[in-house]
Amino acid sequence: MEIVVLLKQVPDTEATIQIATGGTTIKTDDIKWVINPYDELAVEEALRIKESQGGGKVTILSVGKDRAVESIRTALAMGADEGIRIDDPALEGTDGLGTARVLAAALKQIPFTLVIAGMRAVDDDGYLIPAAVAEFLDLPQISMVVKQEIREGKIRCERMVEGGTDVVEAKLPILFTTQRGINEPRYASLPGIMKAKKKPLQTKTLADIGIAPADVGQENAKCVVQALSFPPERAAGKIIQGETAEAKAAELVRLLREEAKVL
Amino acid sequence: MPQGVLAFAEQVEGSFRKIAYEVVSEGRRLADALSEPLTAVVLGSGVEKIAEALRQYGADTILVGDDPALADYTTDLYTSVLAGVARQRDPRLFLLGASTRGKDLAARLAARLNTGLAMECVALELQERTLVATRPIFGGKVVARVALKGTPQMAAVRPNVMDIVETHTEATVERLAVDGGQTRTNVVEKKGEGAAKVELTEADIVVSGGRGMGGPDFSIVEELAEVLGAAVGASRSAVDEGWRPHADQVGQTGKVVSPNLYIACGISGAIQHLAGMGSSKYIVAINKDSEAPIFRKADYGIVGDLFKVVPAITAEVRKIKG
Repeated sequence: MEIVVLLKQVPDTEATIQIATGGTTIKTDDIKWVINPYDELAVEEALRIKESQGGGKVTILSVGKDRAVESIRTALAMGADEGIRIDDPALEGTDGLGTARVLAAALKQIPFTLVIAGMRAVDDDGYLIPAAVAEFLDLPQISMVVKQEIREGKIRCERMVEGGTDVVEAKLPILFTTQRGINEPRYASLPGIMKAKKKPLQTKTLADIGIAPADVGQENAKCVVQALSFPPERAAGKIIQGETAEAKAAELVRLLREEAKVL
Repeated sequence: MPQGVLAFAEQVEGSFRKIAYEVVSEGRRLADALSEPLTAVVLGSGVEKIAEALRQYGADTILVGDDPALADYTTDLYTSVLAGVARQRDPRLFLLGASTRGKDLAARLAARLNTGLAMECVALELQERTLVATRPIFGGKVVARVALKGTPQMAAVRPNVMDIVETHTEATVERLAVDGGQTRTNVVEKKGEGAAKVELTEADIVVSGGRGMGGPDFSIVEELAEVLGAAVGASRSAVDEGWRPHADQVGQTGKVVSPNLYIACGISGAIQHLAGMGSSKYIVAINKDSEAPIFRKADYGIVGDLFKVVPAITAEVRKIKG
């Protein structure tokens, strides 16, 4: 089975984020970059599907600058077969819809039966791109999947919804997005890392995938960042004193009732 | 000319989710600011009766798509019906709730309508009739203000954030013609967690346990949650240890919650956890380590053994609730 994984490189979740001069972007130096944790789940799931189906190919597709090569190589070291990175100066300032259009155009040049992506990227938390890619390719989508099973050209997915789990079935091809719980991603092994260095990783420009620069970029963004700021700092509150656990508990409950008025 | 506000009111199994009232109330507020009408839309099977409830939250018109094919949420059918409504009614703004289904739907709709969408919004405002959304990014470490372009300007609001405001109207209820059409994904089974379980993202109170719980026995946390009518959450380390399901995880790679009261038991306060609960109105931390970073974010802290403190709080709450 031929599977394409959409991958984004993001700042590590433990990274401290600083706002750049201008106030609409973040400072990108001194940041540790990693594969978006949800996309890592997507890579792992793609590899497991390939293994269980007894063959096929896993292609990593990413829109990203030079530094994204490292994350794509990590996915190749985990076991993916090939990487494609889309990079073009005209992409600066492109929003989620624009990026989805780019990914969809690139996907038109790759044979696939399945597209898998993380359910969201932990940087801009947009939750938009996978669904938009599916829309632009006229593919069905199943989002936030925690379990899947493929049999006879059909996929059966479990997705967590408020108050329970929906079990959803669809015929392939399809795009689905991964939610935590679906798997535990493997680490790249040393032989895997060595092999990854020799695996094909091409870079394509917008011209290569048939997208006009005028279709992307800040000018065409439908979601424009005006300003970034930090959430208001929470002041440290009271440490509740008391002789015993019971005394502290009683004082806490009194404060929650009388001062905070939340009980 | 686009005009008015369209608000999607999510129902499941014939009952509105709380988010539906939040979305319609926020829609009313923006419609008033624009001096334009608010249209609420409900999709489902056998939902015409419940739709009238939206008169209480300020809808001027209530559109109902009532069809057996809409009984379960499917991306294809819900998207095509709502895209049809948006094209025909041409609203200026289109609001949805950022529930699991709502996010799936909003994203697909924005692509179909080729318009701007802001997801997980915590505040909305108008700047000369342009929708400007405030939304946390980087899991809440940063807050972005984004301006929306396109028609309609779309926003999906985070559950439990917008105020529910009662505004009575005499809204007319109109039936939408639903063309069943093709759905390529089908819900074949629904596994409920039981009505007793409080949904994390909708809960007024959340009690969470972390590494300090020392193992999978969360009974003291569950008991406190039960007396408070609260949802139970967990830190990433508790989930990574396999003590709690992933669905319970609060944090940058889990759920983001904004309850009135968040009680963190044995959670040190890693940056990625703080990102997921930092917008709670009040935070209580219980930890044996007085240096734990969580105390710097907490309104009330108790330094002590959570296995003694938490049951003592439960007992105290029982006393006041009689």
